[in-house]
Amino acid sequence: MITGPLIVGVACAYLGLLFALAYWADRRADQGRSVIGHPTIYALSLAVYCTAWTFYGSVGRATATGLGFLTIYLGPTLAALLWASLLVKIVRISKSQRITSIADFIASRYGMSQLLGGLVTVIAVVGVIPYISLQLKAIAWSFTILLHYPEVRMPRVLDPAFWQDTAFVVALLLAAFTMVFGTRHLDASERHEGMVAAIAFESIVKLCAFLAVGLWVTFSLLGPGGALTGDGLASAADNPHLAMLLSPRISAPGDWFAISLLAGLAVMLLPRQFQVAVVENSDQRQIRRAIWLFPFYLLLINLFVIPIAVAGLLAFPQGSVDPDTFVLTLPMAYEQPWLALVVFIGGLSAATGMVIVETIALSTMVSNDLVLPLLLRRWQSQATGADLGRLLLRIRRLAIVAILLLGYLYYRLAGEAYALVAIGLISFAAVAQFAPAVVAALYWRGGTREGALAGLSAGFLVWLYTLLLPSFAKSGWLPAAFLDPGPFGIDLLKPQALFGLSGWNEITHCLFWSLTTNVLAFLAVSSLRAPDATEAAQASAYVDAFKHGRPAGLPIWRGSAEIAELMALAERFLGTERTRRAFADFALSRGVAAPGDLPPDAQTVRFAETLLSGAIGGASARVMVASVTEEETLGIDEVLNILDEASQIRAYSRELEQKSRALEAATSELRAANLRLQELDRLKDDFMSSVTHELRTPLASIRAFSEILHDDPDIELGERKRFLGILVSETERLSRLVNQVLDLAKIESGHADWLVEPVDLREVIAQSAATTGRLIEGRGAELVVHTDHCDGEPLVLADRDRLIQVLVNLLSNAAKFTPAGSGQVEIRLTRWDGALRVCVADNGPGIPEGELELIFEKFRQASAGGDKPVGTGLGLPISRQIVEHFGGRIWAEGGAEKGATLCFELPALAAGPGRPRSQAAAQPPTPPSQPAGETRP
Amino acid sequence: MTKRVLIVDDEPNIVISLEFLLKREGFAVSVARDGEEALAAIRAQVPDLVILDVMMPKLDGFSVLSAVRADPAVAAVPVLMLTAKGREAEQKKGLGLGANAYLPKPFSTHELVAKAKALLSGSA
Amino acid sequence: MTRATLSRQRLLVVFLAALLALFSPVVRRFETVPGLFGVPALYLYLFGIWALVIAVAAWIVSRGRD
Repeated sequence: MITGPLIVGVACAYLGLLFALAYWADRRADQGRSVIGHPTIYALSLAVYCTAWTFYGSVGRATATGLGFLTIYLGPTLAALLWASLLVKIVRISKSQRITSIADFIASRYGMSQLLGGLVTVIAVVGVIPYISLQLKAIAWSFTILLHYPEVRMPRVLDPAFWQDTAFVVALLLAAFTMVFGTRHLDASERHEGMVAAIAFESIVKLCAFLAVGLWVTFSLLGPGGALTGDGLASAADNPHLAMLLSPRISAPGDWFAISLLAGLAVMLLPRQFQVAVVENSDQRQIRRAIWLFPFYLLLINLFVIPIAVAGLLAFPQGSVDPDTFVLTLPMAYEQPWLALVVFIGGLSAATGMVIVETIALSTMVSNDLVLPLLLRRWQSQATGADLGRLLLRIRRLAIVAILLLGYLYYRLAGEAYALVAIGLISFAAVAQFAPAVVAALYWRGGTREGALAGLSAGFLVWLYTLLLPSFAKSGWLPAAFLDPGPFGIDLLKPQALFGLSGWNEITHCLFWSLTTNVLAFLAVSSLRAPDATEAAQASAYVDAFKHGRPAGLPIWRGSAEIAELMALAERFLGTERTRRAFADFALSRGVAAPGDLPPDAQTVRFAETLLSGAIGGASARVMVASVTEEETLGIDEVLNILDEASQIRAYSRELEQKSRALEAATSELRAANLRLQELDRLKDDFMSSVTHELRTPLASIRAFSEILHDDPDIELGERKRFLGILVSETERLSRLVNQVLDLAKIESGHADWLVEPVDLREVIAQSAATTGRLIEGRGAELVVHTDHCDGEPLVLADRDRLIQVLVNLLSNAAKFTPAGSGQVEIRLTRWDGALRVCVADNGPGIPEGELELIFEKFRQASAGGDKPVGTGLGLPISRQIVEHFGGRIWAEGGAEKGATLCFELPALAAGPGRPRSQAAAQPPTPPSQPAGETRP
Repeated sequence: MTKRVLIVDDEPNIVISLEFLLKREGFAVSVARDGEEALAAIRAQVPDLVILDVMMPKLDGFSVLSAVRADPAVAAVPVLMLTAKGREAEQKKGLGLGANAYLPKPFSTHELVAKAKALLSGSA
Repeated sequence: MTRATLSRQRLLVVFLAALLALFSPVVRRFETVPGLFGVPALYLYLFGIWALVIAVAAWIVSRGRD
C-alpha cells in the first residue's frame, strides 16, 4: 500500500509544510515579532548537527563497531560545556565584526585576507561535499527501499545514467528548494529567520520519528512477548556483531578519544553549525540553554540506537540487510507501514535540514569570499554598472546548484565504498583543519596571514592525501596500488600509513598527520614576521572581545571620504532604500540631521565598512571602501612605534636618573673619604712634625753640650758636672721619647704584643707605687694607697706590665704636678658597677675644665704654672690606648685649683678559677668591643 | 760696649747651653721663656741680637718676629731663628718674615757663635 | 567574580570531570562489571554519565541566570 506516488506526495507535503513555516516565520520577523528568539528554538536549530547520518548511520555504525557511534555525540556534549566561554566569545566577535561565515571569521582575524577567506571556502566546499553526498544517498536509498514495501530488498548496486538516478533528481530538487529558501534577498547579516524556524521544526520531527521507532523496537519487538525476544541470546553465539553489542567493549581507546575530539571540533566548525550557532544567533543569552539542551537532544536521539541495532541483527540474517537501513527496514519487516513512512519522513527531514543550511552557508562563502574577490580584482574595484546585488544573488544560486551536483558526483564516485558514517567522518576531518586557526584567533595575539594560509594548506593537503584520495581509490576510481604499496611503490608514502604509522584507524591517522602539519606550519610561518597593523588590531579585537564593548583597534585615518561616494557604494550592494535608512539612522546616532552632514571621518568610514560587510563579507567590504576613500592610514604599528619610542625614552631617562643619583652618592662618599684622608694626613703630618720637634730638641741639647764640653777643656768642674748631668738627662729624655713613640706606633698599628691574663689590681698598684716611690719622695710628696674598700679579689683581664705602665704614667704625672714639699698623691681602688676603678689624685694645680680631654692628645701637655713640664706628652695617649684596648676607659677630673684626678676603669673579672699571673692564661673570650690587636683610631 | 743678646726659648737646657756659649764670647745675655715675655723684653731692652725659638707657649716665634718687625722702634733688631722645625717651608717663612738668619736644631755650636758674631758686628 | 565567570568556571570543571569519566581507563572497568536488567554495565555507565553531565550543566546554567 505504500506506493511511489504516496511517498513522493507525503514528501512534498512535508517539504511544503517546512516552506510554509519558514515563510510565516520570516513574515513575523519583518513585523518585528520574531518567533525564533526563544532559546529552545535556538538549541533545536543547533540539532541540525544530526543528519541522515545520525538517523540511519548510527545504527549501522553500532552494528559495525559497537559503541563507536557514541563518540560523534559525546564530543559535542563536552564541547557544549565550553560554549559559555568559547561560543559566546565567537558570537560576540562575529556580531561586532559583522561576520557572516567561518571563512569570514578566519579571514577577518588574520589581516582581513581575501586569499585566506578563499582558501577556507575551498576547504569547506571540498570537505563538505562528501557529507552532502551522504544525505543524497540516504534520501535516495530510503526512498528506494520504502518503495519495495513490504518486501525488504536492498537497492542493487546499479550504475544508471544520471538522469535516471533517484539521487540526481533528489539533488536537483534540493537545489531548487534551497535556492528558494535562502537566496531571496541579500545582506546575510539579516538572519534567515524562516530557515531557522524550519530547521527547528525538522529537528523535532526527526527526533520524534526516531524515538517512535526506538520505543516500538524496544517494547514491542524486544520486550516481553515481542517477536524477537526469544531468539535473543541464542543467536548471540553465532553473530559476532550481536555479541559485540551485548557485551560492549571500547576496543580502541585511542579512536574513542580521537573521534570524540573530532566531533567536538566539527560541531563548531562545520559551515552549517557556524551558521546556526553564530550567524543566526540573535541573543547571546540563548547560548546558555543550548549548553545543556543540545546535549540532551543528542542523548535522546541516541537512546534507542542499540536496541534498534540489536533488533536488526536479530531480525535479519547476517549480511542480507544493510545495517544503515535497520531504522527503516525493521518497521517494514514487521508490518508497520505508517511507522515506516514516519521514519522515511524523519530521515528526509534530517537530510534536507542539513543540505539546506549547509548549502546556504557554503554558497554565501563562495560568493563573498571566493568569487567576489576575484571579480573585484578583475574590475579593479569598479562596478561595470551592473547591479552588484543581483549579481551576488545569482552567484549564490549557481553555487548552490554546483555544490549539490558535486555532492551527487562524489556519491557516484565514492559513495558505494563507505558506510554513511565513514563518509561523514571524512568531512569532519576536513573542517577540523580550521581548528588551529580558530583557536589561535581567539586566544593568541600572534599568527599572521601567511601562517594561517600555510597551516590550512598543509592540513588540507594532508587530508586530501590521507583521506579523500583513498576514498576514491577504495571505490576504484584510483588504482588500488595507490593505497598499498603506496604511490610509486614508496612504502613510507602510503596514504593511510604515512611514514610507517600503520595499524591506525584511517580517520585517526589522518587527524594526527593533518593537524600536526597544520599546527606546525601555522606556528612556523607565523614566526617569520611579527603581525602587521591590521593583524594586530584584529588580534586585539578578537582576543580581548570580552573586554571591549565595541570593536577596538580602529586605525587612525588621515583620509577624506565623500559621504555621497560612500552611500553610492553601499547602494550598489544593498539597494537605495536600505542604504538610505541605514545612513539616516547612523546620522541620527551621531547627532546630525541628515546623512549628507555626516563628517567624513574614520567613524563614518568604519560604519560604511561594517554595513557593507554584512552583504559581501569583511575583507571585500574593506577593499571597496578603500577604493572610495583615499586614505593614508597611520598604521597602528606606526602609532605603537611612537609610543614604544616614548616609553623607551622614558625608560632610558629613568635609568639615567638612577645612574646619576648613584654617581652623586658615590661622589659625596668619595669626597667624605677624601676629607677624612686629608684629615688623617694632616694629623699624621702634625704628629710627625711634633715627633721631629720633640726628638730634635733633646738632640740639640745633647749636641750643644757635647760640643761645649769637647771644645773647652777648661770648664770648671762644677759646670762640667752640670753639663754632663744635662747630657745624661737629655739622652734619657730622648730615648724615653723614642721608646714611647715606637710604643704608640706599635699599639696603634696593632703590632703590639698583648699578654692577656687575669691581673690583680691591688698587686699592680703596689708595684707601681714601688716603682714611682722614689720620684714621689723626691718631690716631697706623700703617697697614700686605698685599696681596702674593694671586696673580693679585684681581678681584670689585662696585660700586667701594661697596666703598670699606665699607673706609673699617672703617678709620675701626679708627682710632677704636686706642689713641691706638700704634695699628696692618693691612689684609690674601688669596685664600681661591675667594673674596677683606680683613681690617682694629686693636690696640684688641677686641670682646667676645657683641657680635661685635651691632655689625652699627643704631645699636649697641661700648662703647669709656666714651667715647662718634663714629659714627653705621649704618656697619657699611650695610657688611653692601653686602657681602651682592654675594654675600659680613662678620664680626667677636677677643675683648676682643685687638684687633678685621673681615673681608669676596667671590666671586672668575676672571681673564678683564674689565679693572677701563676698560669699562662688561655686566650680569653674577646672582651666586649675590643678584639685583641685591633688598630685603634 | 757689650753686646746684649736676648735668648728666647722655653727649653731650659737649650737656654743653658746658649747662655754658656754667648757668655763665653763675652756677650751679655738675657732670657725670655715665652713669646710674650720675649716681646716685652725686646721692647724694653732693644737688644743687639735676639735668638728666637719658634715653638713656644703663649706666642710662637713667628708671631714675635712679625710683631718686632712691625714695631718701628725695634724693627731693626737682628733676629736669629733657632728651631727644631727644620723644614724648608718654615725656613722660607722665617726669612720671609724678616729673620736675619735661620738655624735648625740640633745646631752646630760653632756655626751658632759665628752667625751671632756676624750679626752683632753688623750692627756695631 | 561575576556570575558569568563563575558559571564558566563550573562548566569547565564539569568538562574536565566528564573528560576523565569518559575517556580515562575508568571506562574500561565497566566492561567487566555485570549489568542490570540485562543491560550491560558499560551502557548504563556511559549514558548515566552523559545524563549526569547534562543535568549538572543545566543546574549551573540556571544558577548563573540569577
